[in-house]
Amino acid sequence: MKVGVCLKQVPATDTRIKINAEGTGIVTDEVKWEVNPYDEFALEAALLLKEAGKASEVVILTVGGADSEQRIKDGLARGADSAVRMDDAAFEGSDALGIARVLAAGVKKAEVGLVLCGKQAIDGDSSQVPGMLAEMLDWAQVTDISNLELEGETLTTHRAAGAGNKSVIQTNLPAVLSCDKGLNTPRFASLRGIMMAKRKKIEVWGAADLGIDASQVGSGASVLVEKGMAQPPARPAGRMIEGGSVGEKVNELVRLLREEAKVL
Amino acid sequence: MASGILVVVEHESGQPKKTAYELLTKAAALTSDLGGAVSAVVIGSDSAADLGEFGAGTVYTVSGSGFETYGTEAWAAALCAVIEQADPAVVMAPASASCRDYFPRVAARKNLGMASEVTELAAEGGSLTGKRPVYAGKALVTVAVTSTPALYTVRPNAFGAGVSVGGSADVVAVAVDAGTARSRVVEQVQSASDVADLTEADRIVSGGRSLKSEESFQSVIVPLAASIGATPGASRAAVDAGYAPHSWQVGQTGKVVNPSLYIACGISGAIQHLAGMRTSKVIVAVNKDAEAPIFQHATYGIVEDLFEVCPALQKAFQDAL
Repeated sequence: MKVGVCLKQVPATDTRIKINAEGTGIVTDEVKWEVNPYDEFALEAALLLKEAGKASEVVILTVGGADSEQRIKDGLARGADSAVRMDDAAFEGSDALGIARVLAAGVKKAEVGLVLCGKQAIDGDSSQVPGMLAEMLDWAQVTDISNLELEGETLTTHRAAGAGNKSVIQTNLPAVLSCDKGLNTPRFASLRGIMMAKRKKIEVWGAADLGIDASQVGSGASVLVEKGMAQPPARPAGRMIEGGSVGEKVNELVRLLREEAKVL
Repeated sequence: MASGILVVVEHESGQPKKTAYELLTKAAALTSDLGGAVSAVVIGSDSAADLGEFGAGTVYTVSGSGFETYGTEAWAAALCAVIEQADPAVVMAPASASCRDYFPRVAARKNLGMASEVTELAAEGGSLTGKRPVYAGKALVTVAVTSTPALYTVRPNAFGAGVSVGGSADVVAVAVDAGTARSRVVEQVQSASDVADLTEADRIVSGGRSLKSEESFQSVIVPLAASIGATPGASRAAVDAGYAPHSWQVGQTGKVVNPSLYIACGISGAIQHLAGMRTSKVIVAVNKDAEAPIFQHATYGIVEDLFEVCPALQKAFQDAL
Protein backbone atom coordinates (compact mmCIF):
# COMPACT_ATOMS: atom_id res chain seq x y z
CA MET A 1 0.00 0.00 0.00
CA LYS A 2 1.18 3.44 -0.92
CA VAL A 3 0.90 6.08 1.80
CA GLY A 4 0.42 9.71 0.80
CA VAL A 5 1.69 12.51 3.03
CA CYS A 6 0.28 16.00 2.50
CA LEU A 7 3.07 18.50 2.97
CA LYS A 8 2.91 22.27 2.94
CA GLN A 9 5.50 24.96 3.50
CA VAL A 10 4.73 27.59 6.13
CA PRO A 11 6.59 30.45 7.80
CA ALA A 12 8.72 29.10 10.67
CA THR A 13 7.20 29.43 14.14
CA ASP A 14 9.80 32.01 15.19
CA THR A 15 9.11 34.23 12.16
CA ARG A 16 7.82 37.73 12.78
CA ILE A 17 4.79 38.24 10.58
CA LYS A 18 4.58 41.59 8.79
CA ILE A 19 1.48 42.67 6.89
CA ASN A 20 2.01 44.12 3.40
CA ALA A 21 1.18 47.74 2.60
CA GLU A 22 -2.01 46.77 0.76
CA GLY A 23 -3.29 44.88 3.80
CA THR A 24 -3.93 41.78 1.70
CA GLY A 25 -1.34 39.37 3.04
CA ILE A 26 2.07 39.05 4.62
CA VAL A 27 5.47 40.30 3.50
CA THR A 28 7.27 37.16 2.42
CA ASP A 29 10.73 38.60 1.65
CA GLU A 30 12.26 37.90 5.05
CA VAL A 31 10.21 34.85 5.93
CA LYS A 32 12.10 31.69 6.81
CA TRP A 33 10.09 28.77 5.41
CA GLU A 34 9.85 25.32 6.92
CA VAL A 35 7.78 22.18 6.58
CA ASN A 36 4.51 22.67 8.47
CA PRO A 37 5.38 21.14 11.90
CA TYR A 38 2.25 18.96 12.00
CA ASP A 39 3.08 17.58 8.53
CA GLU A 40 6.39 16.39 9.99
CA PHE A 41 4.44 14.10 12.35
CA ALA A 42 2.46 12.80 9.36
CA LEU A 43 5.64 12.10 7.39
CA GLU A 44 7.28 10.37 10.33
CA ALA A 45 4.19 8.18 10.85
CA ALA A 46 4.29 7.18 7.18
CA LEU A 47 8.01 6.36 7.33
CA LEU A 48 7.44 4.23 10.45
CA LEU A 49 4.68 2.29 8.64
CA LYS A 50 7.04 1.63 5.75
CA GLU A 51 9.85 0.51 8.06
CA ALA A 52 7.41 -1.85 9.78
CA GLY A 53 6.60 -3.40 6.40
CA LYS A 54 3.05 -2.06 6.43
CA ALA A 55 3.45 0.42 3.61
CA SER A 56 5.19 -0.15 0.29
CA GLU A 57 5.96 3.43 -0.58
CA VAL A 58 5.69 6.93 0.88
CA VAL A 59 4.73 9.68 -1.55
CA ILE A 60 4.67 13.38 -0.68
CA LEU A 61 1.66 15.32 -1.99
CA THR A 62 2.07 19.08 -2.18
CA VAL A 63 -0.12 21.75 -3.73
CA GLY A 64 2.20 24.68 -4.32
CA GLY A 65 4.61 26.57 -6.51
CA ALA A 66 8.21 25.76 -7.39
CA ASP A 67 9.33 27.63 -4.26
CA SER A 68 7.98 24.74 -2.17
CA GLU A 69 10.38 22.22 -3.73
CA GLN A 70 13.02 22.85 -1.08
CA ARG A 71 10.57 21.65 1.60
CA ILE A 72 9.62 18.66 -0.57
CA LYS A 73 13.32 17.79 -0.87
CA ASP A 74 13.54 17.98 2.92
CA GLY A 75 10.80 15.34 3.08
CA LEU A 76 12.52 13.18 0.47
CA ALA A 77 15.79 13.47 2.40
CA ARG A 78 14.07 12.18 5.52
CA GLY A 79 13.02 9.08 3.62
CA ALA A 80 9.95 9.62 1.44
CA ASP A 81 10.27 7.71 -1.84
CA SER A 82 8.75 10.15 -4.28
CA ALA A 83 6.84 13.39 -4.49
CA VAL A 84 4.14 15.05 -6.52
CA ARG A 85 3.80 18.81 -6.69
CA MET A 86 0.40 19.92 -7.94
CA ASP A 87 0.68 23.29 -9.56
CA ASP A 88 -1.41 25.13 -12.12
CA ALA A 89 -2.40 28.75 -12.66
CA ALA A 90 -5.99 27.52 -12.31
CA PHE A 91 -5.32 26.58 -8.65
CA GLU A 92 -4.40 30.13 -7.58
CA GLY A 93 -6.65 31.67 -4.99
CA SER A 94 -8.23 28.34 -4.06
CA ASP A 95 -9.96 28.13 -0.70
CA ALA A 96 -9.78 24.96 1.41
CA LEU A 97 -12.41 23.26 -0.75
CA GLY A 98 -10.37 23.99 -3.87
CA ILE A 99 -7.15 22.68 -2.32
CA ALA A 100 -8.96 19.54 -1.12
CA ARG A 101 -10.31 18.97 -4.66
CA VAL A 102 -6.79 19.15 -6.09
CA LEU A 103 -5.45 16.82 -3.40
CA ALA A 104 -8.31 14.35 -3.90
CA ALA A 105 -7.48 14.15 -7.60
CA GLY A 106 -3.81 13.68 -6.73
CA VAL A 107 -4.58 10.92 -4.22
CA LYS A 108 -6.54 9.02 -6.88
CA LYS A 109 -3.94 9.49 -9.59
CA ALA A 110 -1.11 8.45 -7.26
CA GLU A 111 -3.16 5.39 -6.19
CA VAL A 112 -2.61 6.03 -2.52
CA GLY A 113 -4.45 3.86 0.04
CA LEU A 114 -3.88 5.94 3.18
CA VAL A 115 -3.40 9.70 3.49
CA LEU A 116 -1.63 11.30 6.45
CA CYS A 117 -1.91 15.07 6.98
CA GLY A 118 -0.94 17.52 9.69
CA LYS A 119 -3.90 18.46 11.86
CA GLN A 120 -3.60 22.02 10.59
CA ALA A 121 -1.17 24.20 8.70
CA ILE A 122 0.24 26.82 11.05
CA ASP A 123 -0.28 29.63 8.56
CA GLY A 124 -4.03 29.60 7.87
CA ASP A 125 -4.83 27.52 10.99
CA SER A 126 -8.11 26.35 9.45
CA SER A 127 -7.96 22.57 10.02
CA GLN A 128 -10.33 22.06 7.11
CA VAL A 129 -8.49 20.26 4.33
CA PRO A 130 -8.15 16.77 5.94
CA GLY A 131 -11.89 16.37 6.58
CA MET A 132 -12.82 17.85 3.20
CA LEU A 133 -10.37 15.51 1.48
CA ALA A 134 -11.86 12.49 3.28
CA GLU A 135 -15.38 13.53 2.26
CA MET A 136 -14.41 14.07 -1.39
CA LEU A 137 -12.72 10.66 -1.52
CA ASP A 138 -15.65 9.12 0.39
CA TRP A 139 -13.12 7.70 2.86
CA ALA A 140 -13.13 7.41 6.65
CA GLN A 141 -11.31 10.07 8.67
CA VAL A 142 -9.81 10.50 12.10
CA THR A 143 -8.47 13.95 12.91
CA ASP A 144 -5.96 15.18 15.50
CA ILE A 145 -4.51 11.73 16.18
CA SER A 146 -1.84 11.20 18.85
CA ASN A 147 -1.35 7.45 18.37
CA LEU A 148 -1.45 5.16 15.32
CA GLU A 149 -1.34 1.41 14.84
CA LEU A 150 -2.11 -0.53 11.66
CA GLU A 151 -3.00 -4.23 11.79
CA GLY A 152 -4.16 -5.64 8.47
CA GLU A 153 -6.82 -3.24 7.24
CA THR A 154 -7.63 -1.82 10.68
CA LEU A 155 -6.24 1.46 11.99
CA THR A 156 -6.33 2.15 15.73
CA THR A 157 -5.85 5.78 16.68
CA HIS A 158 -6.11 8.07 19.69
CA ARG A 159 -7.93 11.38 19.37
CA ALA A 160 -8.00 14.12 21.99
CA ALA A 161 -11.60 14.73 23.07
CA GLY A 162 -11.01 17.89 25.12
CA ALA A 163 -10.03 18.48 28.77
CA GLY A 164 -7.32 15.81 28.65
CA ASN A 165 -9.79 13.05 27.68
CA LYS A 166 -9.17 10.92 24.64
CA SER A 167 -11.07 8.53 22.41
CA VAL A 168 -9.61 5.32 21.03
CA ILE A 169 -10.98 5.14 17.48
CA GLN A 170 -10.77 2.27 15.02
CA THR A 171 -11.33 2.60 11.33
CA ASN A 172 -10.62 0.67 8.17
CA LEU A 173 -8.53 1.55 5.16
CA PRO A 174 -8.73 3.62 3.07
CA ALA A 175 -8.69 6.64 5.37
CA VAL A 176 -7.46 10.17 5.87
CA LEU A 177 -5.74 10.77 9.22
CA SER A 178 -4.64 14.16 10.53
CA CYS A 179 -1.72 14.13 12.95
CA ASP A 180 -1.18 16.01 16.21
CA LYS A 181 1.99 16.64 18.17
CA GLY A 182 2.77 13.71 20.44
CA LEU A 183 2.23 11.10 17.70
CA ASN A 184 5.96 10.56 17.28
CA THR A 185 9.30 12.39 17.19
CA PRO A 186 10.15 13.38 13.62
CA ARG A 187 13.60 12.36 12.46
CA PHE A 188 16.12 14.69 10.89
CA ALA A 189 17.46 14.08 7.41
CA SER A 190 20.72 12.14 7.41
CA LEU A 191 23.62 13.09 5.15
CA ARG A 192 22.96 9.88 3.19
CA GLY A 193 19.29 10.81 2.97
CA ILE A 194 20.16 14.21 1.58
CA MET A 195 22.41 12.62 -1.05
CA MET A 196 19.78 10.06 -1.99
CA ALA A 197 17.09 12.73 -2.25
CA LYS A 198 18.99 14.31 -5.14
CA ARG A 199 18.10 11.31 -7.28
CA LYS A 200 14.45 11.23 -6.29
CA LYS A 201 12.00 12.71 -8.73
CA ILE A 202 9.44 15.40 -8.00
CA GLU A 203 6.63 15.05 -10.51
CA VAL A 204 4.60 18.14 -11.38
CA TRP A 205 0.92 17.66 -12.19
CA GLY A 206 -1.34 20.38 -13.54
CA ALA A 207 -5.12 20.57 -13.81
CA ALA A 208 -5.16 18.60 -17.08
CA ASP A 209 -2.94 15.81 -15.66
CA LEU A 210 -5.28 15.56 -12.69
CA GLY A 211 -8.48 15.73 -14.75
CA ILE A 212 -9.65 18.75 -12.79
CA ASP A 213 -12.29 21.08 -14.17
CA ALA A 214 -10.65 24.49 -13.80
CA SER A 215 -13.98 26.11 -12.92
CA GLN A 216 -14.09 24.00 -9.71
CA VAL A 217 -10.86 25.40 -8.25
CA GLY A 218 -9.04 28.71 -7.88
CA SER A 219 -10.35 32.08 -6.84
CA GLY A 220 -13.39 31.86 -9.12
CA ALA A 221 -14.70 28.80 -7.27
CA SER A 222 -13.77 30.08 -3.81
CA VAL A 223 -16.65 30.42 -1.35
CA LEU A 224 -14.42 31.78 1.43
CA VAL A 225 -13.21 35.24 0.52
CA GLU A 226 -10.41 37.11 2.30
CA LYS A 227 -11.17 40.81 2.57
CA GLY A 228 -8.00 42.01 4.23
CA MET A 229 -5.32 41.28 6.77
CA ALA A 230 -4.14 43.36 9.71
CA GLN A 231 -1.92 43.17 12.75
CA PRO A 232 -3.81 42.22 15.89
CA PRO A 233 -4.60 45.24 18.08
CA ALA A 234 -1.69 46.11 20.38
CA ARG A 235 -2.19 45.33 24.04
CA PRO A 236 -2.38 48.36 26.31
CA ALA A 237 0.86 48.98 28.20
CA GLY A 238 1.15 46.90 31.31
CA ARG A 239 2.45 47.69 34.75
CA MET A 240 5.38 46.28 36.69
CA ILE A 241 4.67 45.69 40.35
CA GLU A 242 7.78 46.96 42.09
CA GLY A 243 9.03 47.70 45.57
CA GLY A 244 8.65 45.78 48.79
CA SER A 245 8.99 42.13 49.60
CA VAL A 246 7.70 39.22 47.54
CA GLY A 247 4.72 39.06 49.90
CA GLU A 248 3.91 42.74 49.38
CA LYS A 249 4.15 42.42 45.61
CA VAL A 250 1.89 39.39 45.67
CA ASN A 251 -0.69 41.22 47.81
CA GLU A 252 -0.61 44.19 45.43
CA LEU A 253 -1.11 41.83 42.46
CA VAL A 254 -4.14 40.21 44.08
CA ARG A 255 -5.57 43.66 44.87
CA LEU A 256 -5.14 44.78 41.25
CA LEU A 257 -6.66 41.59 39.88
CA ARG A 258 -9.72 42.11 42.10
CA GLU A 259 -10.20 45.86 42.04
CA GLU A 260 -8.72 47.05 38.76
CA ALA A 261 -8.89 44.09 36.35
CA LYS A 262 -11.89 42.54 38.12
CA VAL A 263 -11.00 39.01 37.10
CA LEU A 264 -11.14 37.36 40.53
CA MET B 1 -35.39 31.54 0.92
CA ALA B 2 -32.66 30.84 3.40
CA SER B 3 -32.72 33.13 6.41
CA GLY B 4 -31.68 33.35 10.04
CA ILE B 5 -28.91 31.75 12.05
CA LEU B 6 -28.69 28.12 13.14
CA VAL B 7 -26.54 27.65 16.27
CA VAL B 8 -24.91 24.28 16.88
CA VAL B 9 -25.26 23.40 20.56
CA GLU B 10 -22.70 21.22 22.28
CA HIS B 11 -23.82 19.54 25.45
CA GLU B 12 -22.86 17.12 28.15
CA SER B 13 -25.62 14.54 28.66
CA GLY B 14 -28.17 17.04 27.37
CA GLN B 15 -26.94 20.00 29.43
CA PRO B 16 -25.78 22.71 26.98
CA LYS B 17 -22.21 23.95 27.35
CA LYS B 18 -21.69 27.65 28.00
CA THR B 19 -20.59 28.18 24.39
CA ALA B 20 -24.20 27.46 23.36
CA TYR B 21 -25.52 30.45 25.31
CA GLU B 22 -22.64 32.63 24.13
CA LEU B 23 -23.45 31.85 20.49
CA LEU B 24 -27.22 32.21 20.88
CA THR B 25 -26.84 35.69 22.36
CA LYS B 26 -24.46 36.70 19.56
CA ALA B 27 -26.80 35.22 16.94
CA ALA B 28 -29.73 37.23 18.31
CA ALA B 29 -27.68 40.44 18.04
CA LEU B 30 -26.63 39.63 14.47
CA THR B 31 -30.16 38.83 13.28
CA SER B 32 -31.22 42.36 14.20
CA ASP B 33 -29.23 43.38 11.11
CA LEU B 34 -29.33 40.19 9.03
CA GLY B 35 -32.99 39.45 9.69
CA GLY B 36 -34.48 36.00 10.17
CA ALA B 37 -34.84 33.93 13.29
CA VAL B 38 -32.39 32.20 15.61
CA SER B 39 -32.64 28.44 15.81
CA ALA B 40 -30.50 25.78 17.45
CA VAL B 41 -29.55 22.18 16.77
CA VAL B 42 -28.75 19.61 19.44
CA ILE B 43 -27.19 16.37 18.19
CA GLY B 44 -27.04 13.37 20.49
CA SER B 45 -29.81 14.45 22.86
CA ASP B 46 -33.54 15.14 22.58
CA SER B 47 -33.37 17.87 25.21
CA ALA B 48 -33.89 21.50 24.23
CA ALA B 49 -33.04 22.43 27.84
CA ASP B 50 -33.30 26.19 28.38
CA LEU B 51 -32.15 27.18 24.88
CA GLY B 52 -35.45 28.97 24.23
CA GLU B 53 -34.75 31.33 27.12
CA PHE B 54 -31.55 32.40 25.37
CA GLY B 55 -33.26 33.26 22.10
CA ALA B 56 -33.68 30.05 20.11
CA GLY B 57 -37.13 30.10 18.49
CA THR B 58 -36.81 26.54 17.24
CA VAL B 59 -34.61 23.77 18.57
CA TYR B 60 -33.94 20.86 16.22
CA THR B 61 -32.88 17.68 17.95
CA VAL B 62 -31.29 14.59 16.43
CA SER B 63 -30.95 11.57 18.69
CA GLY B 64 -31.51 7.85 18.84
CA SER B 65 -29.64 4.95 17.29
CA GLY B 66 -26.16 5.92 16.10
CA PHE B 67 -26.17 9.17 18.06
CA GLU B 68 -25.24 7.83 21.51
CA THR B 69 -21.61 8.90 21.30
CA TYR B 70 -19.88 11.31 18.96
CA GLY B 71 -19.07 9.97 15.50
CA THR B 72 -17.81 12.05 12.58
CA GLU B 73 -20.11 10.68 9.93
CA ALA B 74 -23.26 10.50 12.07
CA TRP B 75 -22.84 14.10 13.22
CA ALA B 76 -22.13 15.27 9.66
CA ALA B 77 -25.28 13.50 8.42
CA ALA B 78 -27.32 15.08 11.22
CA LEU B 79 -26.16 18.61 10.53
CA CYS B 80 -26.72 18.23 6.78
CA ALA B 81 -30.29 17.04 7.43
CA VAL B 82 -31.04 19.91 9.82
CA ILE B 83 -29.55 22.47 7.43
CA GLU B 84 -31.94 21.18 4.76
CA GLN B 85 -34.92 21.40 7.09
CA ALA B 86 -34.11 24.74 8.77
CA ASP B 87 -32.72 26.45 5.63
CA PRO B 88 -30.55 28.95 7.56
CA ALA B 89 -28.45 31.70 5.96
CA VAL B 90 -25.70 31.17 8.56
CA VAL B 91 -24.59 28.26 10.73
CA MET B 92 -22.57 29.12 13.85
CA ALA B 93 -20.78 26.54 15.98
CA PRO B 94 -18.17 26.47 18.72
CA ALA B 95 -14.65 25.63 17.51
CA SER B 96 -14.66 22.50 19.67
CA ALA B 97 -12.86 19.18 19.21
CA SER B 98 -15.89 17.65 17.48
CA CYS B 99 -16.91 20.63 15.32
CA ARG B 100 -13.29 20.89 14.14
CA ASP B 101 -13.68 17.27 13.07
CA TYR B 102 -17.04 17.04 11.29
CA PHE B 103 -17.64 20.58 9.94
CA PRO B 104 -15.18 20.24 7.04
CA ARG B 105 -17.06 17.10 5.97
CA VAL B 106 -20.34 19.00 5.96
CA ALA B 107 -18.71 21.86 4.03
CA ALA B 108 -17.37 19.48 1.38
CA ARG B 109 -20.62 17.49 1.09
CA LYS B 110 -22.75 20.58 0.51
CA ASN B 111 -20.05 22.72 -1.14
CA LEU B 112 -20.24 25.36 1.60
CA GLY B 113 -17.63 27.90 2.58
CA MET B 114 -16.38 27.68 6.13
CA ALA B 115 -14.50 30.18 8.28
CA SER B 116 -12.74 28.43 11.18
CA GLU B 117 -12.25 29.82 14.68
CA VAL B 118 -13.47 33.35 14.15
CA THR B 119 -13.05 35.72 17.10
CA GLU B 120 -15.29 38.48 15.73
CA LEU B 121 -18.47 38.50 13.68
CA ALA B 122 -20.11 41.66 12.38
CA ALA B 123 -23.26 42.21 10.33
CA GLU B 124 -23.62 45.28 8.19
CA GLY B 125 -26.14 46.00 5.47
CA GLY B 126 -27.40 42.43 5.59
CA SER B 127 -24.04 40.76 5.11
CA LEU B 128 -21.81 39.06 7.62
CA THR B 129 -18.03 39.24 7.94
CA GLY B 130 -15.77 37.48 10.40
CA LYS B 131 -12.28 38.09 11.72
CA ARG B 132 -10.05 35.16 12.43
CA PRO B 133 -6.51 34.85 13.73
CA VAL B 134 -3.99 33.38 11.30
CA TYR B 135 -0.32 32.55 11.89
CA ALA B 136 -1.47 31.62 15.42
CA GLY B 137 -2.72 35.12 16.08
CA LYS B 138 0.22 37.05 14.65
CA ALA B 139 -2.25 38.48 12.11
CA LEU B 140 -6.02 38.85 11.78
CA VAL B 141 -7.79 38.23 8.50
CA THR B 142 -11.25 39.52 7.63
CA VAL B 143 -13.29 36.91 5.80
CA ALA B 144 -16.69 36.53 4.19
CA VAL B 145 -18.35 33.27 3.28
CA THR B 146 -20.28 33.57 0.03
CA SER B 147 -22.16 30.25 0.06
CA THR B 148 -25.63 29.71 1.54
CA PRO B 149 -25.57 28.78 4.26
CA ALA B 150 -22.27 30.22 5.43
CA LEU B 151 -20.46 28.11 8.05
CA TYR B 152 -18.59 29.74 10.93
CA THR B 153 -16.89 28.12 13.91
CA VAL B 154 -16.22 30.48 16.78
CA ARG B 155 -13.38 30.40 19.29
CA PRO B 156 -14.79 29.93 22.83
CA ASN B 157 -15.00 33.07 25.01
CA ALA B 158 -14.91 35.34 21.93
CA PHE B 159 -18.22 37.05 22.69
CA GLY B 160 -18.63 36.78 26.45
CA ALA B 161 -21.32 35.03 28.45
CA GLY B 162 -24.79 34.48 27.03
CA VAL B 163 -27.73 36.50 28.33
CA SER B 164 -31.16 35.05 29.11
CA VAL B 165 -33.94 36.97 27.38
CA GLY B 166 -36.87 34.75 28.32
CA GLY B 167 -38.90 33.01 25.68
CA SER B 168 -39.46 29.43 24.72
CA ALA B 169 -38.57 27.24 21.79
CA ASP B 170 -40.51 24.94 19.53
CA VAL B 171 -38.78 21.58 19.63
CA VAL B 172 -38.54 19.65 16.38
CA ALA B 173 -37.15 16.14 16.43
CA VAL B 174 -35.46 15.36 13.11
CA ALA B 175 -35.14 11.72 12.10
CA VAL B 176 -31.71 11.04 10.61
CA ASP B 177 -30.18 7.76 9.51
CA ALA B 178 -26.75 7.69 11.15
CA GLY B 179 -25.55 5.34 8.44
CA THR B 180 -22.80 2.80 8.95
CA ALA B 181 -19.91 4.45 10.70
CA ARG B 182 -16.56 3.62 9.18
CA SER B 183 -14.83 5.00 12.28
CA ARG B 184 -15.92 3.71 15.66
CA VAL B 185 -14.98 4.77 19.16
CA VAL B 186 -13.84 1.61 20.93
CA GLU B 187 -12.82 3.22 24.22
CA GLN B 188 -13.10 6.57 26.00
CA VAL B 189 -10.17 7.38 28.25
CA GLN B 190 -11.15 9.97 30.87
CA SER B 191 -8.57 12.28 32.30
CA ALA B 192 -8.04 12.06 36.06
CA SER B 193 -8.60 15.79 36.48
CA ASP B 194 -11.91 17.59 35.99
CA VAL B 195 -10.53 21.01 34.96
CA ALA B 196 -11.82 22.83 31.88
CA ASP B 197 -10.12 22.25 28.55
CA LEU B 198 -7.41 24.85 27.89
CA THR B 199 -9.22 26.19 24.82
CA GLU B 200 -12.38 26.83 26.85
CA ALA B 201 -10.76 27.78 30.18
CA ASP B 202 -11.55 31.14 31.76
CA ARG B 203 -8.37 31.05 33.88
CA ILE B 204 -5.01 29.49 33.08
CA VAL B 205 -1.78 29.15 35.07
CA SER B 206 1.15 28.20 32.83
CA GLY B 207 4.72 27.23 33.62
CA GLY B 208 7.90 27.41 31.58
CA ARG B 209 11.22 25.63 31.49
CA SER B 210 12.30 27.50 34.65
CA LEU B 211 10.16 25.02 36.60
CA LYS B 212 13.05 22.61 35.91
CA SER B 213 11.12 19.37 36.52
CA GLU B 214 7.82 17.53 36.23
CA GLU B 215 7.73 17.40 40.04
CA SER B 216 7.78 21.19 40.36
CA PHE B 217 4.95 21.48 37.81
CA GLN B 218 2.95 19.19 40.09
CA SER B 219 3.97 20.96 43.32
CA VAL B 220 3.93 24.60 42.13
CA ILE B 221 1.77 25.11 39.01
CA VAL B 222 -1.00 22.57 39.65
CA PRO B 223 -1.91 23.76 43.20
CA LEU B 224 -1.68 27.43 42.20
CA ALA B 225 -4.04 26.72 39.31
CA ALA B 226 -6.38 24.74 41.57
CA SER B 227 -6.56 27.63 44.05
CA ILE B 228 -8.47 29.74 41.48
CA GLY B 229 -10.14 26.96 39.48
CA ALA B 230 -7.70 27.46 36.62
CA THR B 231 -6.46 24.98 34.03
CA PRO B 232 -2.70 24.31 34.10
CA GLY B 233 -0.70 25.05 30.96
CA ALA B 234 2.90 24.97 29.80
CA SER B 235 5.30 26.47 27.30
CA ARG B 236 6.69 24.45 24.41
CA ALA B 237 10.11 24.46 26.07
CA ALA B 238 8.63 22.86 29.20
CA VAL B 239 6.69 20.28 27.16
CA ASP B 240 9.70 19.40 25.02
CA ALA B 241 11.76 18.97 28.21
CA GLY B 242 9.18 16.46 29.43
CA TYR B 243 7.96 18.51 32.41
CA ALA B 244 4.34 18.63 31.23
CA PRO B 245 2.20 16.67 28.74
CA HIS B 246 1.65 18.01 25.24
CA SER B 247 -2.05 18.50 25.97
CA TRP B 248 -0.95 21.37 28.27
CA GLN B 249 1.04 23.23 25.63
CA VAL B 250 -0.04 26.79 24.89
CA GLY B 251 1.25 28.36 21.67
CA GLN B 252 1.57 27.88 17.97
CA THR B 253 2.08 24.11 17.99
CA GLY B 254 -0.17 23.65 21.01
CA LYS B 255 -3.43 25.22 22.09
CA VAL B 256 -4.53 28.74 21.29
CA VAL B 257 -6.28 30.04 24.39
CA ASN B 258 -8.58 32.93 25.19
CA PRO B 259 -9.08 33.18 29.00
CA SER B 260 -9.94 36.15 31.22
CA LEU B 261 -6.81 35.57 33.28
CA TYR B 262 -3.52 34.04 32.12
CA ILE B 263 -0.72 33.70 34.66
CA ALA B 264 2.67 32.92 33.06
CA CYS B 265 5.24 31.60 35.55
CA GLY B 266 8.85 31.40 34.42
CA ILE B 267 7.88 31.78 30.77
CA SER B 268 10.20 33.99 28.72
CA GLY B 269 7.64 34.74 26.02
CA ALA B 270 8.86 33.24 22.73
CA ILE B 271 6.91 34.48 19.68
CA GLN B 272 5.18 31.15 19.22
CA HIS B 273 4.01 31.14 22.87
CA LEU B 274 2.76 34.74 22.75
CA ALA B 275 0.85 33.83 19.59
CA GLY B 276 -1.15 31.29 21.55
CA MET B 277 -2.22 33.48 24.49
CA ARG B 278 -2.08 37.10 23.37
CA THR B 279 -5.87 37.51 23.33
CA SER B 280 -6.10 36.74 27.07
CA LYS B 281 -7.92 39.60 28.79
CA VAL B 282 -5.41 39.94 31.63
CA ILE B 283 -1.88 38.54 31.50
CA VAL B 284 0.25 38.22 34.64
CA ALA B 285 3.95 37.49 34.15
CA VAL B 286 6.27 36.22 36.88
CA ASN B 287 9.89 35.86 35.85
CA LYS B 288 13.18 36.63 37.57
CA ASP B 289 14.64 37.91 34.29
CA ALA B 290 13.48 41.54 33.95
CA GLU B 291 14.42 41.45 30.24
CA ALA B 292 12.07 38.55 29.40
CA PRO B 293 9.87 39.51 26.38
CA ILE B 294 6.75 38.29 28.21
CA PHE B 295 6.79 41.51 30.29
CA GLN B 296 6.12 43.59 27.17
CA HIS B 297 2.79 41.81 26.80
CA ALA B 298 1.82 41.49 30.44
CA THR B 299 -0.92 43.48 32.14
CA TYR B 300 0.92 43.01 35.44
CA GLY B 301 4.52 41.91 35.87
CA ILE B 302 6.54 40.78 38.87
CA VAL B 303 10.30 40.35 38.55
CA GLU B 304 10.98 37.69 41.17
CA ASP B 305 11.74 33.98 41.41
CA LEU B 306 8.61 31.98 40.61
CA PHE B 307 9.46 29.49 43.36
CA GLU B 308 8.94 32.31 45.87
CA VAL B 309 6.03 34.07 44.19
CA CYS B 310 3.85 31.08 43.29
CA PRO B 311 3.39 29.63 46.81
CA ALA B 312 2.77 33.13 48.20
CA LEU B 313 0.27 33.84 45.42
CA GLN B 314 -1.48 30.54 46.03
CA LYS B 315 -1.88 31.43 49.72
CA ALA B 316 -3.09 34.95 48.88
CA PHE B 317 -5.66 33.53 46.44
CA GLN B 318 -6.86 31.03 49.03
CA ASP B 319 -7.18 33.82 51.62
CA ALA B 320 -8.91 36.18 49.19
CA LEU B 321 -11.45 33.84 47.61
